[in-house]
Amino acid sequence: MTSLRLVRQIRARPSIVFEALTTPEGITSWWGPDAGPVLFADLDVRVGGRFKVRFRMLDGSEHESTGEYLEVAPHKRLVMSWQWTLGGEPDEAGNVSRLEFHFDPIDIGTQLTLTHAQLTTETSRESHGRGWTGALDKLTRRFALASAGDLDVRA
Amino acid sequence: MVNHRSDHLDRTFAALGDPTRRAILARLEREESASVSDLSKPFAIKLPAVMKHLDVLDEARLIVRSKRGRTVTVRLRPEPIRQAMDWLSRYERFWSKSLDRLAAYAERKEAEARRRER
Repeated sequence: MTSLRLVRQIRARPSIVFEALTTPEGITSWWGPDAGPVLFADLDVRVGGRFKVRFRMLDGSEHESTGEYLEVAPHKRLVMSWQWTLGGEPDEAGNVSRLEFHFDPIDIGTQLTLTHAQLTTETSRESHGRGWTGALDKLTRRFALASAGDLDVRA
Repeated sequence: MVNHRSDHLDRTFAALGDPTRRAILARLEREESASVSDLSKPFAIKLPAVMKHLDVLDEARLIVRSKRGRTVTVRLRPEPIRQAMDWLSRYERFWSKSLDRLAAYAERKEAEARRRER
């Protein structure tokens, strides 16, 4: 199981950070890897509801991802499935991953933890949580990227 | 063909889901290469069981085996792990930039809320 984990400490209370992730106004203000615009954000924030967000990058390419809300705990936790429906990586077509946000109150505001986990087969899901030992840690260190400080490979 | 690479990843992750196979990989990572009989020594399992684990690692393309005389030598193959790292780095770029902007937006909203509350 491969997962990416990013942590940000934000000078804003958890309710405000949660709204940034669960309102069209919020999503359209930040979603996407460059300063290109978010074209629309359809959000039905409830368990079983779906989201669809499309953005245009500065190079003109458009990308759209969609998914289902799996857990919605206001100001605390948000879990959804994720897949590209337009302009994603070709080798990821049809693959569903899992996106999880945790909102923890801290002195200055909120610690936001994002976990994006690749889901592949039942087998790999099964191994999820069992934990990879140092073997994989070593393997990944060996091929570590410059930004490895932000990466977390684990079961 | 679309899922060609993700099939590979499936096999990589499945192969890594077993402690004996991870121990074998860890050892190959330390020692570059080892013979099959050397590899089976630390484990309380018989040689055929070790061979089975090596088959799984081979199918996942995590190792290469080569035979010289009666000795089979096993080596690590880095490509599948590299593909997993590619997946990570793509999403790392996407989310890292997005979250920077999310933080800036939320901090603006917080400042507005405080002005209203005063």
